[in-house]
Amino acid sequence: MSAALLEVEHLSMRFGGLVAVDDLSFAAREREITAIIGPNGAGKTTVFNCLTGFYRPGVGRLTLHRSGRRFLLERMDGYRIAREAGIARTFQNIRLFAGMTVLENLVVAQHNRLMRASLWTVGGLLGLPRYRRAEAAAVETARHWLDRVGLVERADAPAGSLPYGAQRRLEIARALCTEPALLCLDEPAAGLNPRESAELNALLLAVRDELGIGVLLIEHDMSVVMGISDRVIVLDYGRKIAEGTPAAVRSDPAVIKAYLGEEESDELPPEIARDLVERA
Amino acid sequence: MTGEALPRLQRVAWGRVLRDAMLAAAVALVLAIPLVGFQTVEKNAVLGISLRFGWVAVGVAAVFAGRIAIALLRALRPSPPAWAVPLRLAPLRQTRIFGALLVVFAAALPFLPFSSRYLVDLGTTVLIYVMLGWGLNVVVGLAGLLDLGYVAFYAVGAYSFALFAQWFGLSFWEGLPLAGLLAASFGLTLGFPVLRLRGDYLAIVTLGFGEIVRLVLINWVPVTNGPNGISNVPRPSFFGMPFDRRAPPGVTTFSDFFHIAFNPGQRIVFLYYVILALALITNAFTLRLRRLPIGRAWEALREDEIACRALGINPTTVKLSAFAIGAMLGGFAGSFFATRQGFISPESFTFIESATILAIVVLGGAGSQLGVVLAAVVLVTLPEFGRELAQYRMLLFGAAMIGIMIWRPRGLMARREPSLRLNPLREPSG
Repeated sequence: MSAALLEVEHLSMRFGGLVAVDDLSFAAREREITAIIGPNGAGKTTVFNCLTGFYRPGVGRLTLHRSGRRFLLERMDGYRIAREAGIARTFQNIRLFAGMTVLENLVVAQHNRLMRASLWTVGGLLGLPRYRRAEAAAVETARHWLDRVGLVERADAPAGSLPYGAQRRLEIARALCTEPALLCLDEPAAGLNPRESAELNALLLAVRDELGIGVLLIEHDMSVVMGISDRVIVLDYGRKIAEGTPAAVRSDPAVIKAYLGEEESDELPPEIARDLVERA
Repeated sequence: MTGEALPRLQRVAWGRVLRDAMLAAAVALVLAIPLVGFQTVEKNAVLGISLRFGWVAVGVAAVFAGRIAIALLRALRPSPPAWAVPLRLAPLRQTRIFGALLVVFAAALPFLPFSSRYLVDLGTTVLIYVMLGWGLNVVVGLAGLLDLGYVAFYAVGAYSFALFAQWFGLSFWEGLPLAGLLAASFGLTLGFPVLRLRGDYLAIVTLGFGEIVRLVLINWVPVTNGPNGISNVPRPSFFGMPFDRRAPPGVTTFSDFFHIAFNPGQRIVFLYYVILALALITNAFTLRLRRLPIGRAWEALREDEIACRALGINPTTVKLSAFAIGAMLGGFAGSFFATRQGFISPESFTFIESATILAIVVLGGAGSQLGVVLAAVVLVTLPEFGRELAQYRMLLFGAAMIGIMIWRPRGLMARREPSLRLNPLREPSG
């Protein structure tokens, strides 16, 4: 078992009277894919927003361990969480820089490294070789990830002109260009066809094994969750109702109850329900 | 118009066309009665009104006939006319060649056969607006921060140079960098309170900022001399040589040094070259910034601020740097304005200036350097060429702006050039 990368302890987040996340504790480890699942409105994206500094949690401690240092995320600004603690994320509704090219999206993700190399613009204005080398290296990094997600051909097209599946892949590539310690993916398989889903699985497994980073995943697509997760955390109404390996979670009665309801109420998308029942 | 056109003409819905034309004529009538129908005239030192309903009738009839003509043209030619189809914009190379030709033309302008003192002076005004447009382009076009108070930085640049000159006897070349720095610090001052604002809200606050600066200039009489303005702003010198007929003892004038006859036009030409150089430096500077991480961060901020934060980009520094650099360029233009006019007053820094500069950026195509030049030429020279039209020139001006917005809604040059490429650009072979 590898070291804990992210520790979430007693996280609570409320919006007025609504408790979106209620006393949630879990850990995500290096070289592991941790999936957070749960019915709609269970508080999954809220957890992400707390982790990445978009919300400031009411209660709780969020700790990230990176190369021997400890970052208390609940006290950091969003951009510092990404820059220093190394948490990169994607969004449920894709947020690319639509008017900029695919390549520019990936180079912008390496902003902080390039900023240092350009001596905060001064060196870049003077055209110092150090900056030119750094820019070439950034383009190489971008090319590497474009190659991995199969978008090299479209590198100079505006990001907004890509098809949906390609935009999802590009957003993941952009997050990886920040060299994160923890990659948070908010429904990366939403809207993908089965073939694209399978490619996504392969990419995420490769990211985990090659880069040795942790992946935190919110997903509804059970073929992704059950296929690649090392651990699964199930949320319902902001509380954790189960945690464990995919096999253990899908046979957990509390999980089946949360998804299927106790009686015949069937609010779940039928394909997920069918999938769960088949696997159970 | 051959036989084929006739059946189409028969298919025209005459009832609808006539109704539409009547409506347009009615609107024209309502507008024309107060605007054209009444004219104030002086009769025996008393203000009277002369009625010009004949002209109203002509105008309304013209609108009526014109509307029908448009409907018929549309019926005959259902496809949009050639000039309405978005121009297939030239790839990078053609844009560059065009830009280079423009620079050569601008450099040669004072020596062209048809050139005159008036033309060079007009060129200077155009270039001031080009520079202001390029400065505002950083804020609006690249960083996407709508700024309606840009004239404030122009004013800060102009006043700071004029006051430095008055109090400390600084020359133009000493005052220019200081004015730029001071304007940049005003940019930061404006930037801090508006960090959280976007879009319309930001526009309103910046509008207020512009007015605050103007009102301070009017009311802070001990420093700014209030509405009377500051006169005797020093003129720029050519490496210490003034453009005067006679120099004070110990100083050589420009004409004496080069052993040419003194001519007041020399200063005008010199000022023209100063602003041309300043504008070209501004252009090179902003083009370079656009290809640096800071420039890409500006554009990323325009596209999506939340995504920027998720990538570890500090939106505060990105926004403030855009405000500061835009303000600095405005400040340079302002101090040039002061030295060229020799006199400045708050009158020169009203909201209409901000609006004109913003119009240059928007009409040019936000983010496009060449587009700003074309828009500045159109917006500055159009009212000049329309001088014979007297009070109707602003009408012409408005019509031209509406026309550009209809046919080129994203600006004259709406094409965005990527800041870097992975695959080398393939020039179209055909």
